[in-house]
Amino acid sequence: MKERLAKIKEEAAQKIQAAASMDVLNELKVAYLGKKGQITELMKGMKDLPAEEKPAFGQMVNATRSEIEGFLEEMKNSMEEKLLDAKMKSEVIDVTLPGKKKELGHDHPNNMILKQVEEIFIGMGYEVVSGPEVEYDHYNFEALNIPANHPAKDEQDTFYINSDILLRTQTSSVQIREMEKGVLPIKMIAPGRVFRADEVDATHSPSFHQIEGLVVDKGITFADLKGTLEEFCRRFFGEDTKTKFRPHHFPFTEPSAEVDVSCFKCHGKGCRFCKDEGWIEILGCGMVHPHVLEMQGIDPTVYSGFAFGFGLERLTLLKCEIDDMRLLYENDLRFLKQF
Amino acid sequence: MNASLSWIKAYVPDLECTYQEFRDAMTLSGTKVESFTAFDVDLDKIVIGQIDKIEAHPDADKLIVCQVNVGNESVQIVTGADNVFEGAKIPVVLDGGKVAGGHDGKMTPGGIKIKAGKLRGVESFGMMCSIEELGSTREMYPDAAENGIYILPEDAPVGEDAIGYLGLHDANYEFEITSNRVDCYSVLGIAREAAATFGKEFHNVEPKVEKTVDDIKDYLEVEVKDTELCPRYTAMMVKNIRLAPSPRWLQQRLASNGIRPINNVVDITNYVMEEYGQPMHAFDYDTIAGHKIVVQRANDGEKFMTLDGQERTLDKDILMICDAEKPIGLAGIMGGEDSKITDDVQTMVFESACFDGTNNRLSAKRLGLRTDASGKYEKGLDPNNTVPAILRACQLIEELDAGDVVGGMIDLYPNPTTPVQIPFDPEGINKYLGTDISKEQMLSYFPVLEIAYDEATNLLTIPSFRQDLLREADIAEEVARFYGYANIPSTLPTSVETQGGLTYSFVIADKIRTTLKAYGYSESMTYSFESPKVFDKLRIPEDDFLRRVVTISNPLGEDYSIMRTSLFNGLLTSLSTNYNRRNKGVSLFELGNVYIPKDLPLTELPEERMTLCFGFYGAGDFFDLKGALEQVFADLGVKLPRKYEPDHEIPFFHPGRQALVTIKGGQEKIACLGQIHPQVAKKYGIGTEVYVAQVNIEAIYALTGFEKKFKPIPKYPAVTRDLSLVMDKSVHADEIEAVISKCGGKLIESYELFDIYEGERIGEGLKSLAYSLSFRAADRTLEDKDVNPIIEKIIEKLKEKGIELRS
Repeated sequence: MKERLAKIKEEAAQKIQAAASMDVLNELKVAYLGKKGQITELMKGMKDLPAEEKPAFGQMVNATRSEIEGFLEEMKNSMEEKLLDAKMKSEVIDVTLPGKKKELGHDHPNNMILKQVEEIFIGMGYEVVSGPEVEYDHYNFEALNIPANHPAKDEQDTFYINSDILLRTQTSSVQIREMEKGVLPIKMIAPGRVFRADEVDATHSPSFHQIEGLVVDKGITFADLKGTLEEFCRRFFGEDTKTKFRPHHFPFTEPSAEVDVSCFKCHGKGCRFCKDEGWIEILGCGMVHPHVLEMQGIDPTVYSGFAFGFGLERLTLLKCEIDDMRLLYENDLRFLKQF
Repeated sequence: MNASLSWIKAYVPDLECTYQEFRDAMTLSGTKVESFTAFDVDLDKIVIGQIDKIEAHPDADKLIVCQVNVGNESVQIVTGADNVFEGAKIPVVLDGGKVAGGHDGKMTPGGIKIKAGKLRGVESFGMMCSIEELGSTREMYPDAAENGIYILPEDAPVGEDAIGYLGLHDANYEFEITSNRVDCYSVLGIAREAAATFGKEFHNVEPKVEKTVDDIKDYLEVEVKDTELCPRYTAMMVKNIRLAPSPRWLQQRLASNGIRPINNVVDITNYVMEEYGQPMHAFDYDTIAGHKIVVQRANDGEKFMTLDGQERTLDKDILMICDAEKPIGLAGIMGGEDSKITDDVQTMVFESACFDGTNNRLSAKRLGLRTDASGKYEKGLDPNNTVPAILRACQLIEELDAGDVVGGMIDLYPNPTTPVQIPFDPEGINKYLGTDISKEQMLSYFPVLEIAYDEATNLLTIPSFRQDLLREADIAEEVARFYGYANIPSTLPTSVETQGGLTYSFVIADKIRTTLKAYGYSESMTYSFESPKVFDKLRIPEDDFLRRVVTISNPLGEDYSIMRTSLFNGLLTSLSTNYNRRNKGVSLFELGNVYIPKDLPLTELPEERMTLCFGFYGAGDFFDLKGALEQVFADLGVKLPRKYEPDHEIPFFHPGRQALVTIKGGQEKIACLGQIHPQVAKKYGIGTEVYVAQVNIEAIYALTGFEKKFKPIPKYPAVTRDLSLVMDKSVHADEIEAVISKCGGKLIESYELFDIYEGERIGEGLKSLAYSLSFRAADRTLEDKDVNPIIEKIIEKLKEKGIELRS
């Protein structure tokens, strides 16, 4: 019996090995394991055996059966693999053909840059707020230490609606609106449109954007102002950016400063971006003038603060290397698509 | 403000630095150098030579051959210049040297190298120079020849450095002076800053006149009628005036500051204005009627001829200098034609006055006459500067022998200023700056700034020329400037932690941007002001509320004169730009404010309404636009049902392809959309269909929300039924949808329009809409008996509206 089983196994193994197609393999499966297959037939003969031999016989037949099943399975897998290989060979594509793109919209570069600025300041705990663009003289000038007839009013070429109402010339007006709310501490940035009567050219526009910053709290120092803006500049322009604080004058800050950053294009060597200076002026800032605090009912002997202001377009032009401000307001899709 | 380094060094003799070091240090202490020009940057190996012998050139008529003594040797130089002669002293650039430009005055950046060579066969070892080749002008060196070699004075030392001899080892700096530092609109002020910056001594010599004749009181009387507008009036006199050119040093200093030298008297007034920042005016004494000067306001409508020959109309707010009979000058702006100094002047009055800055500025502005003098006065000058300045002028008269100074001075100063005193609190300053600077170090900055410290009272006394120092914060700035901003540490605020973030309107704006960008719209930006002509362009009726606008009183022009009340013009203009540039398929959006006045004329701020406008050409149809709009509402979390009302006749839209979007049963308008009326599109130069939508973000602000709640994923299958319906063409889809959702009750999950048909198969005037309805229950599999009654009810209700099942 043993010999017979071994013979069947060997024969099955040979036939399976030699099978040329899936069909042949299926036929072999039926021939050995099917209802009338050789193994099944052997199994049927078991009923004629004495009871004590049945278990051993059964085991032997079953072992052979599963071995044949194994051969079949193995052969099937190998055949399938070959078929798949052949199929995939016929499916080769040219991966250098262009990818399919969805036509997405694009950011305005101003907003792209604004987002970057906002993220940095939000990370430092600043709230992003806004204020009116058509504003009272009071918020734009008077409360910022620029009283009537102050020369600074002329300098800024203000658009007036009437003697009392104007188009804000600076987002600094939002400083006053925040302080007026009477909730301290304040830690805010205020991006927004501002307006000045400048004729349009490559670097001027009668309507542009500023980003104002204001911190008011107990114990705020000029060193805090320096540290904050240096941190911003490193994050915005790059880790190796150097900053230079130059004394300056703004009516609503004291001491005041203008800040230059080392040219991020040439790293200070001098190029056309920095006009060979190696430095680029990017913002004005200072300690909030104690009189400005007083006017809002904040006691300057207890509280102090700092304020700063960027020109958003200036940052955008610099960072995106745009050489003409007018492009920002033409909205030519060939321009916008680049952002 | 301009000043040359040599002029500054006249007051800070110990100052030693390179041109660049000076620029950098001054900028970092607050006197920003805009630019500087070094006169000797492109000059090299230029010495004083003397021509020993001149011979004709053997082969050229226009050239001569000179033997020139340059000190330790004699060199041969060939030149074409015709003004040289034997014995003449001239600047000579030697072989290998450099000059700054050509004799035509054209500068060559980097200079022109001069090498020995042959000119028409004769060797030449250098070049004799014109003033232009030395990089300067005859304005600065009036004694230089026109179109020829600069013949130097006879006492010029042969063999010495000619650049040094001509005072060209110097640089002129242009400073940006901030409006609070009036004192720095003077060379003295700049020099004081330089001394403080470099920690050197400041030599400010008090001017005085050695010899005088007579007494001014016997000559002149002065009366100031308006002491508010003229807090101080100082006058001195000079007689026996001897007009002549000024000496070279004075001419050069003026010229280097861009002022053309004229004669000694005019030059002195200009010089003192630069040096002291105090405008001076000179009157011809003999033209002053009654020999009396009266300072008073003009009369309204009065006429006056200024010394530029123009007649000016005055008003009562203009301050005048008058004599006993008539006005002789616009105070602090310009003198009069009749009293101006002429070549025949014998005796003159020097005026050194202080006028109110604001009044001066406004007067000059009204007259349209801004002069060098008013440019100084308008900043508000220090009344205590008039006396030193006038003494300096008279000192120079004496030094230059331009006349005899009359003894005494008339000085009307009824209300002298009291010096500002500020308590000195080093600890407070350190606390404010975040520094740890010793008291001694702080005090060391003050003497050169002329800030006095009294230990007994602990008070700082501020000099009157420092009008910007009023309180401790100002002192803190002085300390910070000279300690160096760069030396102040960098820290971050360490007080209370604050929660950063965007305020809600910024969150909404960002959501909208995300949605529209995904739908292919790019963000545009246009100006907030536009032309009133846009309303006609948009076919907006005369009485429409959109024409109620905020108007700018001083616009850049009509095109920028009103604040926009919609974003349509901006968006259409941007689309038009793209269309004209042949960009294909352009979709844009703008998110910005429109300005709606609450009352006109404006008495309070207008409403600034955040508005969204988006549209396209060549990128779809009405339903693409509507789809994007619905997505914006969905992404903003606006859940209220919206109605698209077609019959509002919005004038700039196609009459049959427009909708007003309303909520709350038509009560609130939130948006409108449509195809731009072809005539409007044409006016914008767009020759294709344009679709635009505008949303009033403020109107949906309260309806937005970003909270998301999970709904269980359905366990049981949905049952779908399709309904193909036939109806009159005029029936709106939303009528059918209202029936479906009403009859569908709880079981209807969704419905979708999947086919629209118009044509022969259903007949004239009819259309067919096919909907796929999906029903589902959360707790069981639906059966026909659940769904059939609903379908029957829907069909029945639709039948009532004349909508039939398509057979």
